[in-house]
Amino acid sequence: MSGLIVRGVEVRVGDRALVSDAAFTTRAGQVTALIGPNGAGKTTLLAALLGLRRLTAGTVEFDGRDFAALPFAERAKLCAYVEQDAGTPERLTVRDVVALGRIPFQSTWRTTLPADDETIVAGALEALNLMNFANRLYHTLSGGEQQRVQMARALAQEPQLLLLDEPTSHLDIEAQLLALDLLQDRARAGCTVLLAMHDLNLAARYADHLVVMKVGRVVAEGPPAEVLTEKLLLDVYGVHATILTAPGSEVPVVIYDRAQSGRRLAKSG
Amino acid sequence: MSWPARTIAYLALWALLLASVTIAVTLGPAGISAGDAWGTIFHHLGLRADPPLSPLRDAIVWELRLPRVVAALGVGAGLALAGTVMQVMTRNPLADPYLLGLSSGAALGAVIFLLMGAALLMPLGAFLGSLGALALALLVAALLGGATPSRAILAGICIAALASAATSLLIFWSATGDSYREILNWLLGSLSGTVWSDAALVVVALIVCAPVILLSGRGLDAFAFGEASAASLGIDVARLRWTLLAATALLTGVMVAVGGAIGFVGLVVPHAVRLAVGSRHRVLLPASMLVGAIFMLWSDTVARSLFDPRELPVGIVTALVGAPAFLLILLRYRRIT
Repeated sequence: MSGLIVRGVEVRVGDRALVSDAAFTTRAGQVTALIGPNGAGKTTLLAALLGLRRLTAGTVEFDGRDFAALPFAERAKLCAYVEQDAGTPERLTVRDVVALGRIPFQSTWRTTLPADDETIVAGALEALNLMNFANRLYHTLSGGEQQRVQMARALAQEPQLLLLDEPTSHLDIEAQLLALDLLQDRARAGCTVLLAMHDLNLAARYADHLVVMKVGRVVAEGPPAEVLTEKLLLDVYGVHATILTAPGSEVPVVIYDRAQSGRRLAKSG
Repeated sequence: MSWPARTIAYLALWALLLASVTIAVTLGPAGISAGDAWGTIFHHLGLRADPPLSPLRDAIVWELRLPRVVAALGVGAGLALAGTVMQVMTRNPLADPYLLGLSSGAALGAVIFLLMGAALLMPLGAFLGSLGALALALLVAALLGGATPSRAILAGICIAALASAATSLLIFWSATGDSYREILNWLLGSLSGTVWSDAALVVVALIVCAPVILLSGRGLDAFAFGEASAASLGIDVARLRWTLLAATALLTGVMVAVGGAIGFVGLVVPHAVRLAVGSRHRVLLPASMLVGAIFMLWSDTVARSLFDPRELPVGIVTALVGAPAFLLILLRYRRIT
């Protein structure tokens, strides 16, 4: 089966396990959303999949290959990553940033972009509606615009596996929907998409598959309609909620009622 | 910048470099024409049979001025290159080649050798001092829990302060008038008295280190958004970081040993060039090298001829030009933002 298969993954720093015994499967052609409260280990897990953190146990398989054992250069030809908070380097235009996505395919020697790469970069700019921004300096853009540029960079990498860490956190509602539409299209075109996100309603609306994490462990996975239950929200997030179904579809809608009693933040003063 | 514009800019820089060399070699108390100066150089390179100048004037060009010109070019190119790399690796626009305590360590090493009466071995002392300081900074960073860029900077600041204090203590304790002057000259940076062996050292360091850095342009580009994004773009971050650190440390160590702690070149030149050509390193690195070389050559030429026959330490010139230039660059950045 093509897709990403994670088995028994553990990431340890010293004697603290940030991720333990994580196992789940994402299929090519599907959007998988990684959800869970802050500190659940979502970012760490993504970093481990990228090889940024060493796996202390477990295996990661992509399209039948041992993904964790691939050298960085090989992995980058398959997989692109959009960080949660990328820095803001100075003196790079939007086009320059998007063109970074072609780095895995370029030789050490070239100083100009090959013509094919120009086309790919232009396509990625267009996909995120950034043509008018191409010559703007990246550091002068708003947070949401920068996030779109980061996604365009990832698309320019023409990945078969897209890992994204809260790619829509700075976007307005319209831009969020557009970005998620785009990811869904990529998935339908055969890409494996795994994204960490906080908005459960958007996750339910766009993801084919949910993976739920809590304190470093995967506690549930499956289609949104099965996974998102009132009990799960209380167990994982400590939130009382009502789950409805969107009219004319199977998509669950979460109405948040209140935080679990006794866990109110201390009032100041 | 598109490629025709870039090619023209490169050619212009090379032309400027040659013109600067010509002026630097001919400028001085002994009036020597540009033709005779190049004739002498060609003669010594075996491209011309008979020397155009008398032995004395020949020696002024070949033994006195040219080694110094070559050293200035090399030191400028090396410092600009090292500064560019440090700014990317630490993601700190204020980084310069001396960030990890290299110059303070070098000063301490040089002063120790000088006070031990081994003035001739000062460059060796400086080299050992700079590498010692770097090793110590990295060791401290590792003890703090891993040699990440920010920890290395903090450790470097600490080591630099300690080395400076030790240097001041030594000078205060034991330097006499003459050695004091010599130490001050060295601390401010100076290329006076440069001989061919110094120039050769600089050139060899560049030949060894510059290709390593120039060929890392792709990796440095990928570093724009930090380590995670570099790794996701296929860069072996740990290997790249250590390779570049070793190359810049070696380069800076040699430059400091030959020219003393010349400030501002490694800080200002990369910024100025970035403003002109953008942040793509496969363009930025070679351009910085060229501009650094030209800037340093002019600084040294001004330093030795402005108050002729008295010489200024070249570090004063680079600071006098560099500090306002840095300010202008900052203002320009602000306007763009």
